[in-house]
Amino acid sequence: MDLLALLVTPLAGAFVLAWTGAGRRAPEVNTAFSLATFAAAATLAWRVATRGDATFANDEFFIDPFNAFLVALTAFVGLTTSLFSRPYMRIEADDRRVSPGALRLYHAMYQLFIGTMLLALTTNNLGLMWVAMEAATLSTVLLVALYRTPAALEAGWKYFILCGVGIAQALFGTILLYIAAERVLGAQGVGALLWTHLDAVKGQLEPRVLSIAFVFLLVGYGTKTGLVPLHNWLPDAHAEGPTPISAVLSGLLLNVALYAVVRCKVLVEGSLHSAWPGRMLMGFGLVSVLVASFSLWRQRDIKRLFAFSSIEHMGLVAFAFGMGGPVANFAALLHMTVHSLTKSAIFFAAGHAAQKSGSQSIERIRGLATVSPTVGWGLMIGALAILGVPPFGVFASEFLILTTAMRDHPWTTPILLLSFAVAFAAIFSRVQSMVFGDTTLRRLPHSPALLPVFVHLGLVLMLGLFIPPFLATWYGAAARLIGGGG
Amino acid sequence: MAHTPFVMQLLDSLAALLLLLSFAMLAQRRVATLVELFALQGGVLCAATLLLAWRTGDGNLLLSAALTLSLKVLALPWLLRRMIRRLGVYWDTDPLLNIPGTMLVGVLIVVFSFGLAQPVSALASTATRSAIGIAVAVILLAFLTMITRRKAMSQVIGFLSMENGLFFGAMSATYGMPMVVELGVALDVLVAMLVLGVFFFQIREQFDSLDLDRLESHQGGR
Repeated sequence: MDLLALLVTPLAGAFVLAWTGAGRRAPEVNTAFSLATFAAAATLAWRVATRGDATFANDEFFIDPFNAFLVALTAFVGLTTSLFSRPYMRIEADDRRVSPGALRLYHAMYQLFIGTMLLALTTNNLGLMWVAMEAATLSTVLLVALYRTPAALEAGWKYFILCGVGIAQALFGTILLYIAAERVLGAQGVGALLWTHLDAVKGQLEPRVLSIAFVFLLVGYGTKTGLVPLHNWLPDAHAEGPTPISAVLSGLLLNVALYAVVRCKVLVEGSLHSAWPGRMLMGFGLVSVLVASFSLWRQRDIKRLFAFSSIEHMGLVAFAFGMGGPVANFAALLHMTVHSLTKSAIFFAAGHAAQKSGSQSIERIRGLATVSPTVGWGLMIGALAILGVPPFGVFASEFLILTTAMRDHPWTTPILLLSFAVAFAAIFSRVQSMVFGDTTLRRLPHSPALLPVFVHLGLVLMLGLFIPPFLATWYGAAARLIGGGG
Repeated sequence: MAHTPFVMQLLDSLAALLLLLSFAMLAQRRVATLVELFALQGGVLCAATLLLAWRTGDGNLLLSAALTLSLKVLALPWLLRRMIRRLGVYWDTDPLLNIPGTMLVGVLIVVFSFGLAQPVSALASTATRSAIGIAVAVILLAFLTMITRRKAMSQVIGFLSMENGLFFGAMSATYGMPMVVELGVALDVLVAMLVLGVFFFQIREQFDSLDLDRLESHQGGR
């Protein structure tokens, strides 16, 4: 029941907002639907925490520790982003940057986007997961291009075509997986694409076909995760779309795409009895961390800056999943959570900062702390948190990843440390110049919603000091499920 | 079944036709003709699916043939033709690589595809083994079409042709994906086209052209 509510609420929200999305109360309606979705996600998560895994509707849907925390996280960030989007989009509408029609599109697609991500997370059917991932892209293409400026249209086009081609590769990988599965589970096999069924027989799947399938799946879903060198769409899409969309793209969509990669990796490693899928993931991850951290130096746009930081962090998570083993997987799951919370908080603060200066250019944003201490300090604390300063959660996960890397793959340590240092210097210097100093910024007509920023940062702080037992149990169980290493 | 070899031969010729059409698309610079070639490819795909459905007596395949017919032979080409007329894009500009060069790369791609498909073909439960190599080749040729073209419209047709290849691969190797997945994929493709339609008009409003060269360089410091 709670699962049905979880999937139907955003869909219903999309329908309602498709009609009323331009109204005066539309942002509140959007928030109400997001709240209902979050309530459903919370009950579902509670059920997993108390009664363990579950499958629904002939095993077509399932929930286990790995997707339970992602469902809760997705619904939560979906809710806080809708809170942030309320004043943000009102200001955009007052500035005449978006028309009423565009606002209606925005609200409807926002709900649809959250819905497709929840579908991708909870479905047990790898084919349906693909469909949901593609739908998530399609629902955001027009949002990335919402402002209809030349740059926004270019970003939307790039996003569509690169992710479309990428995800077509993933479909081919899924077909190959199905070919191999059909041999084991029978023709027109009942559940030949159901992950739990495949997981049960993964040892018998034909290894050569699965290794080809994995290459396609990794390239396909890796494009959506923003792994270098498949990351070209990501900075543009983050920079040109409205900020709430940047926040959910960065905080949620990347996670969901990586989730798909990891689910496939579990099957392929089980079939191959070797760790090379993990090695590939490590390679992609390491290159992403390195390239993204050096690219940070060249950024002049505040949202592009943090988009590259997302590439860096998703690379780090991919690297950790690639190493495998209980500790690295645990750290990767924790990092997914804290990155998602921190990065969306940063985008909230950065969005208001850009509205105050009327520009996303870093050079034109000055003295945030003077004009609006909450926005300024929100950005500063968020930046420190994402850079891995203790006692925030990002420090804990990065520390775990780094120590595991030192133990298992010592040669990667200098690369990681160098990247962290470069990223620290690049982001800190830029954020410092934006937060302090003289200012020419304006006041905003609607008071910005900063509650989400501090709730997120508070949670990240808490996760750095203390992980609630149920969450630790989930991370542990999911880490065992993902396996790998050795 | 005495007629099996003949049916299989027919299927192989349809697969070959599919590949031929991919090459034709690679060489074609007139956008309107590209759409007709795409529709033809959909028709061949539909015929192949029907043939398999008849041979195996599989109702699902019949359904997916109907899906192919309505979506790829009728609906999408109709949408594309309409867009071409309303946007007035008839010719693609010079491709990034000249046509003979593209063809040579295409031939290499076909050889590579057959090599890649070897282990999969050995495993496939169906009798249509050579078809998987062709499916991979169609996918990669469509990819080549996409990267050598400059007009947004030609890239989109390349993208759709890639989907044809994927569909053919799934069909010939396993008699189609589960129905729910096939329906979902079809829905996604249709929605993608509608989204693109909106998008094209927005691009043209801004640039007075669908030439992607103008889309570049609106953004510094990549």
